Amino acid sequence: MKTDHQDPILARFQLSFPDFTLETDLQLPARGVTVLFGPSGCGKTTLLRCIAGLERASQGLLQVRETVWQDSERRYFLPPYQRPVGYVFQEPSLFEHLSVRGNLEFGQKRIPARERRIALEQALELLGIEHLLERMPQHLSGGEKQRVAIARALAVSPQLLLMDEPLAALDLPRRQEILPFLARLHQELEIPMLYVTHSPQEVTRLGDHLVMLEQGRVVASGDLQETLTRLDLPVAQSRQASTVLSVTVCGHETAYGLTEACFNGGRMLLPLREAIDTGTVLRLRIYARDVSLTLQQPQQTSILNVLPATITRTVAGEEGQTIVQLSLGGTRLLAHVTRKSADVLGLQPGLPVFAQIKATAIL
Amino acid sequence: MPTDADLVAVLLTLKLAGLTTLILLLLGTPLAWWLTHSHWRGKSVINALVALPLVLPPAVLGFYLLVLMGPHGPVGQFTRAIGLGTLPFTFSGLVVASVLYSLPFVVQPLQNAFEAIGTRPLEVAATLRARRLDTFFSVVLPLARPGFLTATILGFAHTLGEFGVVLMVGGNIPGRTQVISMQILNHVEAGEYLRAHWLAAGMLVFSFVVLLVLYGFAPHARSRR
Repeated sequence: MKTDHQDPILARFQLSFPDFTLETDLQLPARGVTVLFGPSGCGKTTLLRCIAGLERASQGLLQVRETVWQDSERRYFLPPYQRPVGYVFQEPSLFEHLSVRGNLEFGQKRIPARERRIALEQALELLGIEHLLERMPQHLSGGEKQRVAIARALAVSPQLLLMDEPLAALDLPRRQEILPFLARLHQELEIPMLYVTHSPQEVTRLGDHLVMLEQGRVVASGDLQETLTRLDLPVAQSRQASTVLSVTVCGHETAYGLTEACFNGGRMLLPLREAIDTGTVLRLRIYARDVSLTLQQPQQTSILNVLPATITRTVAGEEGQTIVQLSLGGTRLLAHVTRKSADVLGLQPGLPVFAQIKATAIL
Repeated sequence: MPTDADLVAVLLTLKLAGLTTLILLLLGTPLAWWLTHSHWRGKSVINALVALPLVLPPAVLGFYLLVLMGPHGPVGQFTRAIGLGTLPFTFSGLVVASVLYSLPFVVQPLQNAFEAIGTRPLEVAATLRARRLDTFFSVVLPLARPGFLTATILGFAHTLGEFGVVLMVGGNIPGRTQVISMQILNHVEAGEYLRAHWLAAGMLVFSFVVLLVLYGFAPHARSRR
């Protein structure tokens, strides 16, 4: 995974409410998807609103690429309507008095023609809402409304896309309906995105960079894979602890219904995805609880994916668990094993082991 | 049949109500907007003042307006100093009194409409590059249209029916301050009940139709209130 050397978004805010203080000093990449993750009330939405200019932090320095948007020391504050952002709220918040077309054109016609990089047709096509263009918002389903809201934000050709839990107000089927569209935006548009969520699933599915917030403070900020596998963070201890791997499809074993995926840690077999061409990059999620360790290479096992690894760190978890951080040719992986197994096998940093991966999920 | 004086009174009343409603919409819109979005602590004082004509006997309001606008009142001295003379017993004085008297009937529906819209559409508009005034005309005004309809109808209808304030401030001058309700009183005092009926029944029918429109034929007018 890539890291930007110049880290072009600088967000330093201090903002106090009677019961809560937000204090951040962040450097974020101005590319890919940065996920702001944390429990509700941790300040992630407030942070996003500060970046959009909807909230004015008393102390704030915000620089996006070369442009300063806020500098409280110089009393400079770019009003929200002059910031080149697209904002998607938790609720679709469509203008009820305008049709879908009217909603989409509202922002688009307010930006200069030379700044229009995303055509209305492209936004419609990306979100699959061409057929809804002349409808009024009252006649759309919840999922359709939110897709229109996302297209409306894209139609202003933003330099930065801000999304505040765009799926949180929807039920599970609607969420599954929209997630693929968000993944497409990620792949097809070169717009950096800040994405607020409290859902681990959305983090692993969409994120490139992860910022974890707790009670108004930044607990961690870094590359998604590195941050998810940091043993000093509570996320590595939870049952949801997982790693995200970037792999390349390198072949199919059609007879067995399997697809081969390669990465710098070796080769894995996945359930067949014939539709996916060789060379396609996929994202896999592997739960720490689905990884077990052996000292010798197992000769006879029903588990297909057994990869050589080296233990880099171990840490004691809750309820008799040990959390093991592994390196597979540089790619990090987490394994949850019982403390008893860790003692019996003598697991410690530097030890070469074999990681047996019971299940993978293609994201 | 109505007399010529009756027709003059009807036209004067319509002119008064129309002008008052127009002024109230122009003044009441920014006032209602401010009351909706201001975080100022003293806001409740203004809210109470706006609502005061709802509970105050019209005679009390009329009495104080008479005192204030009279030759010895501060407003009266001011209007005399700038060469307008004194306002009591003139049409202008009646307009000023009506504006105050009908204020809550215009401001409150607007305030309710603005509150129902909330701040979210304003924020959405800002992220879609709309400046504040632009947002007001392109988002708030269309969304608050039912509220404006209610405010207009209530403001107009309420001004039509005023009596106590007119009695105190306006008097009974034909063509200047003699509105329908005064004319009804004149007929009753003269024992001309049939003539009073023409005007009274007209007002009754008109008021009923107004409310019917408000509640029945324009159901959307109430949904946003």
